[in-house]
Amino acid sequence: MSTTDFVVHNPVEDLLRQDRVPTIWCPGCGIGTTVNSFAHALLGQDIDLSKTAIVSGIGCSGRVSGYMNLDSFHTTHGRAIPFATGLKLANPELTVIVYSGDGDLTSIGGNHLIHAARRNIDLMVVCVNNMIYAMTGGQAAATTPGSSMSTTTPYGAFEPELNMPQLVDAAGACFVARWTSFHVMQLERTMAKALKKKGLRFIEILSPCPTYFQRKNNLGDALTAMVDYKKRSKIKHGCHTWETALEPGGDIIVGEFVDREREDYLTRMRRQLGSHYSEFPEQTEEEISEGACSEC
Amino acid sequence: MLKEIRIAGFGGQGVILSAHIVGRAVSIHQGGYATMTQNYGPEARGGAASAALMVSDQPVLFPYVTHPDILVVLSQEAYTRYAPEMKSDGVLLVEEDLVRLENLPPQARVYGIPATRIAEELGKKMVLNVVMVGFFCAITKAVDREACLKAVSDSVPERFRKLNTEAFDRGFQFGEELLLKGPAKEEQTVGVGAVESDD
Amino acid sequence: MHADQRCVLTGTHFINGDAACCEGALSAGARFAAGYPITPSTEIVERFSARAPQVGGLFIQMEDELASSIALQGMVWAGQKSFTVTSGPGYSLMMEHIGYAAITETPCVFVDVQRGGPSTGLPTLPAQGDMMQARWGSHGDYLTIALTPNSPQECYSLTIKAFNLAEQFRVPVMFMMDECVGHMTEKVVIPKAEEIEIYPRRLASKPPGEFNLFEAGEDLVPEMAHAGEGYKVYVTGLTHDKRGYPVLNPKAQHELVTRQFEKIRRAADELTIVETEEIEGADVVVVSYGITSRVAQRAIQMARDKGLKVGKLRLICVWPFPEKLIRELAPKVKALVMPELNMGQMVLELERCAGGKCQVISVPHAGGTVHKPADILAAIERGAR
Ligand SMILES: Cc1ncc(C[n+]2csc(CCOP(=O)(O)OP(=O)(O)O)c2C)c(N)n1
Ligand code: SF4
Ligand SMILES: [Mg+2]
Repeated sequence: MSTTDFVVHNPVEDLLRQDRVPTIWCPGCGIGTTVNSFAHALLGQDIDLSKTAIVSGIGCSGRVSGYMNLDSFHTTHGRAIPFATGLKLANPELTVIVYSGDGDLTSIGGNHLIHAARRNIDLMVVCVNNMIYAMTGGQAAATTPGSSMSTTTPYGAFEPELNMPQLVDAAGACFVARWTSFHVMQLERTMAKALKKKGLRFIEILSPCPTYFQRKNNLGDALTAMVDYKKRSKIKHGCHTWETALEPGGDIIVGEFVDREREDYLTRMRRQLGSHYSEFPEQTEEEISEGACSEC
Repeated sequence: MLKEIRIAGFGGQGVILSAHIVGRAVSIHQGGYATMTQNYGPEARGGAASAALMVSDQPVLFPYVTHPDILVVLSQEAYTRYAPEMKSDGVLLVEEDLVRLENLPPQARVYGIPATRIAEELGKKMVLNVVMVGFFCAITKAVDREACLKAVSDSVPERFRKLNTEAFDRGFQFGEELLLKGPAKEEQTVGVGAVESDD
Repeated sequence: MHADQRCVLTGTHFINGDAACCEGALSAGARFAAGYPITPSTEIVERFSARAPQVGGLFIQMEDELASSIALQGMVWAGQKSFTVTSGPGYSLMMEHIGYAAITETPCVFVDVQRGGPSTGLPTLPAQGDMMQARWGSHGDYLTIALTPNSPQECYSLTIKAFNLAEQFRVPVMFMMDECVGHMTEKVVIPKAEEIEIYPRRLASKPPGEFNLFEAGEDLVPEMAHAGEGYKVYVTGLTHDKRGYPVLNPKAQHELVTRQFEKIRRAADELTIVETEEIEGADVVVVSYGITSRVAQRAIQMARDKGLKVGKLRLICVWPFPEKLIRELAPKVKALVMPELNMGQMVLELERCAGGKCQVISVPHAGGTVHKPADILAAIERGAR
């Protein structure tokens, strides 16, 4: 017997495009870890994976869509959410996940995030927050913590950082959570829960970028980051999102902050439009061929 | 034959709808061609409203009215602004209670109607524009009465159809009676047929 | 395939070009649209937002044109026909996504009701100043198809054509209206559904596993599969191979870009969509498009009344530019006269194609209104000398 016979099939592999590995991600990058939690969360669902689409913008995190063995859409920088909005509205049967970076979703695409939350579009949005523009080589982002080094803040950042959960909560998302890439199990459970909800669900994941953020700021390697996340994290489910601001060296508040019921976009649209909205059943084969007959 | 028409007044008088009715009558019910344009933006703010129609039995090419053959004005402002653009022998229709005629183009033929008052008599001031359309139809003959009536009924909601048809008829009648008397300025009275002639 | 009669408002209407464009889109099978209000295009989506829900569709007013120009592509990949509608400033914001539609071969329609520019310019007055932007606006190398209607009737019929071409070639099609045609009201005849030819989406003919989303056959246009059909499509704005997978090297770039160019270039004859009148034996041919063609027609008549031999060439499809036609025409005439509501955009193409074989006279106009026919006449007379 060859040894391969003993290799246990990892079900997560079916969810990845095997023909695309290895990934572009650096050793120690946290993005892959988040994908692992995501894949496990997806496996535990009873959703039809052939009707599940994943949409990303541009960035290291934006490459996630392309590694998933789902309908994958790698769009433009910042515009994953509006693309996903169109996709979902035009085919409500789809489960649509947006997976992208902090720069992509909150900076160049920040406006779309606000409005998707306001509309409560039925999307699950996963934001990998490595606190930097990694893909382009380590520039400051709206999430870069005070006085951190980046290639465009050579003397330390001096812009205040964005508190994503608070923003998305205020805008109306029905589910808001944050974990770090250290919290793999919790993240999986939260993702599984979020996948079952309807409306805009937002999950922020703090994730190390050893190549740029950690290195520029002398924060050590990925392992150091994990230790740091473990030490600084405080789980506070249901806490007010104004308490979740991130401060350099301060507590990292994690958990599920918002979990509320709110009518999603399409439900509300149908309720509002009432009889002005009519279903549009696909024409039957007969009807279509009848049409064809009138031609001859 | 191409005719340039402008209808102008202030917002709320239904100026645009009246032009729409005439255009519709010509192009749908009479088999002719009409191109309607209207002012948008800053010009259309501040209460002024104006619509222009090119009407012809041939497809219309140049879309904009520059020198109207027929000018319909429902406000003093519209009169002041557009009267100077009129063709020198053009026909001017005015809401006579709202427009004072000054510096009239020398050969213009003028016909007035108290459209607002007639509309009020009918119980709805709103229909003054349709009274005006009836009047326009009778005086200028730029569009068939039947076609115009049809356009009136398909431009208004069912429950206002009767009222609007009445409004049209009142305007039309007023016009026909006036025609017997001739244009307002005695000295320049020209046979109304001239409006129709190919010139 | 024919139009779905449930979406077609058969009859004779007196409506403006914007409304006609909306009806054209519905007749073409578009039930979804994304947009952001901007004069003079807004009436299209205002009407669409009332009409679409009646046939199970919807209009979503996005937060800006960046969003609407990509949301519509999401709608397409969900299996729908979709379009967006804008004017100058919004069109500028959409440019990145026109490139995205080009490289991902997303069949869709961008309607630009042109107004005076640059910047906020003349929001409610006409211009034809975005003609070059329609061709070159997004970065990188790609080709688009652009149509220019000159009446509300054509805003209806050419919108259908725009959707059909988008499906046929899997490209974004630019529908270049202008404020004048958008806002003018005229007779629009909408035929019966069975008289409207619809080019259906070219759907995957192979099952998942055997199908490649960007593998093209003879005509270089690949078939399409949507999200949710089991194909696990991979769509990216990066240079990609036939599976859609990113491949970032010169060879992949060459193959992708040349195929995407070639699929349109090859169809040059089919895409030469023009209207001509008396160009045989003409001394001067007036070349125009959109609303300007109607004003030019008046000038042409004035010139003919004066005994000049003047022909008319109206471009209905402006991109790709009818290169062959102009190359053949130029040596036979004294001059080509081109009035346009811009400072001279398409005339650059005309000059290029005329290749010095005849005079090319531009009649520029910064926009805000149409030309005076007399100005075009003067250019015709100059060319005839
Ligand atoms: C319109 C536009 N501007 C800029 C870029 C360059 N760009 C690519 S990725 C990126 C930042 C990505 O940052 P983030 O979303 O945080 O992703 P990360 O790489 O950190 O995972 C930028 C600025 C682009 N692709 N498009
Ligand atoms: S640059 Fe940073 S974020 Fe990007 S793959 Fe490398 S470690 Fe990950
Ligand atoms: Mg980042």
